[in-house]
Amino acid sequence: MDSQLRDQIPTFGAKQDTAGGAGLSGGFSALASGGGRSAFETFIIILVAVVIIGGSELLLGIFQVPQYIMPKPSQIGAALITEWPFIWPHLVVTICELLIGFAIGASIGFVLAAVITQFPFAEKIVTPYILLLVTTPMLALVPLLVLRFGFGWEPRIIAVALASGPMVMINSATGFRRVDLAKIALARSFGASTFQIFTKIRIPMAMPMIIVGLMVGSIFGLLTTVGAEMVGGAEGLGNRLNYYSSMIRMPQFFAVITLLAIIGISIYVFFFWVGKKWANWEA
Amino acid sequence: MNAIGALGLSRVDAAAPAKMVVEGASKFYQARSGVVHALDNVSLEVREGEFLCILGPSGCGKSTLLWSMAGLHGLSGGRIRLGQEPIVKPHPEIAMIFQEANLLPWRNLEKNIELPFELKKIAPDKARIKALLERVGLKGFETKMPRELSGGMQQRASIVRSLAVNPSVLLMDEPFGALDAFTRDEMNLLIQEIWMETRKTIIFITHSIVEALFLADRIVVMSARPGRIQEIIDVDLPRPRGVEVQSTPEFIERANAIKAMIDHRRA
Ligand SMILES: Nc1ncnc2c1ncn2[C@@H]1O[C@H](COP(=O)(O)OP(=O)(O)OP(=O)(O)O)[C@@H](O)[C@H]1O
Ligand SMILES: [Mg+2]
Repeated sequence: MDSQLRDQIPTFGAKQDTAGGAGLSGGFSALASGGGRSAFETFIIILVAVVIIGGSELLLGIFQVPQYIMPKPSQIGAALITEWPFIWPHLVVTICELLIGFAIGASIGFVLAAVITQFPFAEKIVTPYILLLVTTPMLALVPLLVLRFGFGWEPRIIAVALASGPMVMINSATGFRRVDLAKIALARSFGASTFQIFTKIRIPMAMPMIIVGLMVGSIFGLLTTVGAEMVGGAEGLGNRLNYYSSMIRMPQFFAVITLLAIIGISIYVFFFWVGKKWANWEA
Repeated sequence: MNAIGALGLSRVDAAAPAKMVVEGASKFYQARSGVVHALDNVSLEVREGEFLCILGPSGCGKSTLLWSMAGLHGLSGGRIRLGQEPIVKPHPEIAMIFQEANLLPWRNLEKNIELPFELKKIAPDKARIKALLERVGLKGFETKMPRELSGGMQQRASIVRSLAVNPSVLLMDEPFGALDAFTRDEMNLLIQEIWMETRKTIIFITHSIVEALFLADRIVVMSARPGRIQEIIDVDLPRPRGVEVQSTPEFIERANAIKAMIDHRRA
């Protein structure tokens, strides 16, 4: 592909950002916004949380809403503590499925993006199919996968990989497509090899979009993990949601929901931090 | 210890040996709209230690010529040599300085300057880098990110990056074209000083007659479509040249002569 670049003298001054990335291109603003929060803003955010939790505690008490419709925050907290010995093995299952499925999906997605963007023709052919994978809810495949693999971990891990991989792929590809000919020429003028150009120029250049892809992909992965456990699993937090709701044990049900929210927020915070550290030059 | 080099005299002997030779260079581009004839039979000898400016209108093939000399792309016909070595790919003795500083935005100043060493897999010459940074007035900015530096500072950093690996030939493609007039004068003075101290062979592309006259030992005037050498002019103004030389009658007279030559050609 470099032979093709060889004749191109870049136009300076003009920002060359090859647009046209499907999926969430330019989504780094999602990472960037919310950065640099002042102490005052943090205080307000915490205050809102306290008001919501305290307010619902109070209102649910005043109107005597039955526990099976909506438990009080204090009841949810208590359930989380008392039920913890029974919940945590399922939490471990969910996190393992998510991590394994995401690791498989993200690696394949990343490598595919890095390779495919080097071959514009192949990329044009493959992209619609990747889009199909992005837009089709992979959850729908779970019953089919269960028929083939049974109620074990495999169908869920496959579903998670299928849900997160294309997300990582499509965003990373958008990143890899931003070629800056001048920077590649610079590296070549110092004798860089194709591999060095890839590691020292292309990857750092694509990094903001890769991180966006990882973030969105892992959140998609979480949704799919829980969904798959609800549809076809004997274990995991999704399975617990089914179990507690069928038993009408609402405090325990909401305790699981709280755990899922914490996992989701942790993923976001983690990638936000990664973005700050590895791609802060762009924001 | 002087890490940059001994102070030398400024004039280049016309009999100095050829450092780089361009022989009958031609280049055709395959564009979507058809074939573009960018260079037509360009021959040129660059002398050892010379400051050569290439002057010409937009699109006359200046960058095409320089990129070929850098080994960044091939010619359709003709040859380029560094001494006796044919240039067919980038050469460690030749460094290129681009129009914009072309720093990597994700690396700080120091890491940007160490890039060539990293790519060549050698340990950075810290002493030389330090001396060069001091020389161009960037001492203390090592940990700054490119976006925190002004345009002139960025271009100075890119000059340090190229000089750090101690090439003998510097190719500069309109390096100060994007800078404001004051910074540009400053950079021209700096590059003249660096050239006089280091005795590098410099090939410098510009649109500006004043810049070419101010810097060059010789000016190669090119004409467009297809790109050809129209004229090679010796500039015998004494060195070091200060900014004030630009308002002397000798300078203005020469500038007008070059302008007339280009206009004549166009009419
Ligand atoms: N990759 C390319 N494909 C097709 N035509 C090209 C390509 N690169 C340059 N050209 C054409 O070749 C001619 C010479 O281009 P070049 O960039 O060398 O000119 P230049 O003298 O450097 O111009 P400028 O002063 O604007 O930088 C121009 O007409 C340009 O349009
Ligand atoms: Mg040019």
